[in-house]
Amino acid sequence: MGQTVNNFRPTEKGYYGPYGGAFIPEMLYANIENIRSQYQEIISDTAFQEEFHHLLKHYVGRPTPLYFARRLSEEFATNIYLKREDLCHTGAHKVNNTIGQILLAQRLKKKRIIAETGAGQHGVATATVCALMGLECIVYMGEHDIARQAPNVQRMKMLGAEVRPALSGSKTLKDATNEAIRDWINNPNDTHYIIGSVVGPHPYPDMVTQFQSIISEEIKWQLKEQTSKENPDYIIACVGGGSNAAGAFYHYLDNEEVKLILVEAAGEGINSGKSAATSVLGTQGVIHGSMTLLMQDEFGQILEPHSISAGLDYPGIGPLHAHLINTKRAQVFAVTDNEAINAAYHLTRKEGIIPALETAHALSILKDIKFKEDDIVVVNLSGRGDKDMNTYMANTPKK
Amino acid sequence: MNRLKELFHNKNNDILNIYFTAGFPELQDTEKIIKELDDVGVDLIELGMPYSDPLADGETIQRSSSKALKNGLQLDLLFQQIKNARKSTDIPIMLMGYYNQILQYGPEKFFDKCNESQIDGLIIPDVPMDYYANHLQEELERREIMMTFLITPETSDERIKQADTLSSAFLYVVSKSSITGGVNNVTSKQENYFNRLNQLNLKAPRLIGFGIHDRDTFIKASRNANGAIIGSAFIRMLEQEGIQGIKKFINDIRPIN
Ligand SMILES: Cc1ncc(COP(=O)(O)O)c(C=O)c1O
Repeated sequence: MGQTVNNFRPTEKGYYGPYGGAFIPEMLYANIENIRSQYQEIISDTAFQEEFHHLLKHYVGRPTPLYFARRLSEEFATNIYLKREDLCHTGAHKVNNTIGQILLAQRLKKKRIIAETGAGQHGVATATVCALMGLECIVYMGEHDIARQAPNVQRMKMLGAEVRPALSGSKTLKDATNEAIRDWINNPNDTHYIIGSVVGPHPYPDMVTQFQSIISEEIKWQLKEQTSKENPDYIIACVGGGSNAAGAFYHYLDNEEVKLILVEAAGEGINSGKSAATSVLGTQGVIHGSMTLLMQDEFGQILEPHSISAGLDYPGIGPLHAHLINTKRAQVFAVTDNEAINAAYHLTRKEGIIPALETAHALSILKDIKFKEDDIVVVNLSGRGDKDMNTYMANTPKK
Repeated sequence: MNRLKELFHNKNNDILNIYFTAGFPELQDTEKIIKELDDVGVDLIELGMPYSDPLADGETIQRSSSKALKNGLQLDLLFQQIKNARKSTDIPIMLMGYYNQILQYGPEKFFDKCNESQIDGLIIPDVPMDYYANHLQEELERREIMMTFLITPETSDERIKQADTLSSAFLYVVSKSSITGGVNNVTSKQENYFNRLNQLNLKAPRLIGFGIHDRDTFIKASRNANGAIIGSAFIRMLEQEGIQGIKKFINDIRPIN
């Protein structure tokens, strides 16, 4: 999985430039080291790869289509392709990672699975693979997110997972992650923590990136099949922690001709005090065991972010992305709550696809970039919008 | 001589180390609590720098941290409080907190401030040992600020030795794999772990923490090391009884003479 990329692989200690590493208390060290010392060997193993790809094909429904969006392309006078991760089983890219990690957990002989979730997509994807493998599953979710992503809470429960509310801080993704880490400290022997994005201590950012890299692996051959070109001019993805973006970028990282665009959540506006635009508002620091960019005050207290989309409502960003931004390999745009709502309605009416609120952020910048007529633009359609229907009904488009 | 060095030079058993969160219960209580702990004969104070996201802490320290931040405690004020307290006390004081606060403050500026307010040592649980050795050790040693690393029952012998070498203050023996705040008894499994440590020929003094909360657990821990650390139980007492409760709390754990 990791062979074609050279420039943006982490060092042995998990650094991407100055970012990454494992800033963890000793109470977590044995857990992390257990994974770090074996993950590459385990996931490179032929039998593992066969099982992983078998499940991706027959259970998840991969490859997901690379769909030429004709009406959208006409409107923006360019060539727009949508990578349909929304058509994965469970409705988002998150399941690519949970399939990989559940197979890893089995090989590590873990019996109990924990996860954090924001939008609930990662929680559902984790509960799903736990049901599939017959493992106990506990999902931590901010109390605020439990309220705004109710359908996903119901799905997790039906799948047999226990959903535990995180009651501290802003009661969102950051706090759910804190709770999951505390659980792991308390249960060092039987438990595997399935992190849902390319965040956390080394080796999680790299491991999750490798599992998600199936997205760009497919884009490559699908694009070639449809256009006879392997490389798009742009790849656009929304970024919470950054897993769908990492997967969509991965096999193009070394290819400078492919422009990589990250779209983060501006919330009510970058300078409104209610934002999650980490690349602009963030500075270097440590969050959830990783050195990266994060939103913090002058004394290093982590700030409470805001986004209408629970999956982007996070004050940090994965260390790979911090490095891509720092080296200008990727460019970042920020999109407000209102713009995201508008973009979601727009795609729905133009192409008959209801996107997740997270994904809607990525779609919103199609209007902001001046594309050439013969450009090939791939938008990673990270998830579907069923979970967001309440928000969509309560927020119709406005200017 | 550094106060910590002096403490461990003069005393090697029953050392009582009390942790509390600075700026809690009220913003101005830091100095009063330091003073009172000194008066009742506590050997060492570990002062928690309240943090928004205390990853390794249970509900009690999460609560005290967020209250202290709400009270308005920040590092500049904390250094000032300790500086004031130093006018009337010589009790060894260590600061404990997550690395991001130090990073954001600027490590060198932070260490200078530690010197200025006569802080004797640091415990930064999420700083990896190799990072410490490469980035921080020299700066601390130059300023004679001592350092403490944590070990747990899951820590390998090799790593324990590494932590022992790097710990210029004491080795923090986490009693079991857990976040802070538990109230369990000391089990035979834990005693085995403490015994394993006894056989490793370690150089640093050892204090046992996590779950130590009353006289019985203090005695059992002290029997297996040079002393023990009490944190969450002390904070719970402060929540209920305030500063007036300190004397009785300490006397119940280790009679004041
Ligand atoms: C559909 C969808 N897209 C994107 C994200 C953001 O996560 P990441 O940045 O890791 O892809 C989420 C997270 O919940 C999601 O559900």
